Amino acid sequence: MNRTYELMFIVRPDMVEEEQDKLISTLETAITSSGGNVKSVEKMGKRRLAYMVRRFHDGIYVLLTVEGGGGLIHELERRLRVTEPVIKFITVRIDEEQKRLDKIKAIRDAKRKTPPPAPVTEAGGETAAVTA
Amino acid sequence: MAEESRTTTAASSGGERPAGGDRPSGDRPSFGDRERRLPRPGGPGGGREGGRKYFRRKKVCKFCVEKIEAINYKDVRLLAQFVAESGKIVPRRLTGVCTPHQRRLSLAIKQARNIALLPFAGRAS
Repeated sequence: MNRTYELMFIVRPDMVEEEQDKLISTLETAITSSGGNVKSVEKMGKRRLAYMVRRFHDGIYVLLTVEGGGGLIHELERRLRVTEPVIKFITVRIDEEQKRLDKIKAIRDAKRKTPPPAPVTEAGGETAAVTA
Repeated sequence: MAEESRTTTAASSGGERPAGGDRPSGDRPSFGDRERRLPRPGGPGGGREGGRKYFRRKKVCKFCVEKIEAINYKDVRLLAQFVAESGKIVPRRLTGVCTPHQRRLSLAIKQARNIALLPFAGRAS
């Protein structure tokens, strides 16, 4: 029962680079120790918030892609809630959406692949007809 | 059979081209403007000048036309096109988005609001 989640959180804008890395690595160890794995880590950098959160107008966005079960997510969210510099977070399950997208892409690719041979045979048929 | 395949490809390419070229992304800037204009009196024949009828272009779903399948909460640029200046989600009847896409869109907008990428109300300051 492996699911893929996207974990996005915002930390205070005045957090230093090293502290961010430390926070991320502690999260990573927590994930791996409870049986999940981290697929990717992306620091999206400082961004202006759309509204004020805990008296901050800016925030540093971090995005984690995590594989694991629901229990793991529960634990991670608890951790984020008690971590003081984290001002906001959201978890979104992405594997089913990804499956849907892959399916659509496969269908589209199949459609794209079939047309090119058609003109070739067509041209061949025409030349054959001309020679005949 | 060969002819048939040729005609279908021609038709499909012909159908796609106007839809794409007709409306470049700059053509229709924000739905905020449209919203302001929209409360009009009456039905389609509401023109003042001698009963001239409005020509209203048929609205098409942006996502269907441009084949955008992934409506993600992180894609603020895309979502912002469907949020009015007040921060509200623009209704389907104004934007022309089809029902399945509007459903995904509204979900994505709500997620984006939750993580402070889009405002709940008012302009993003």
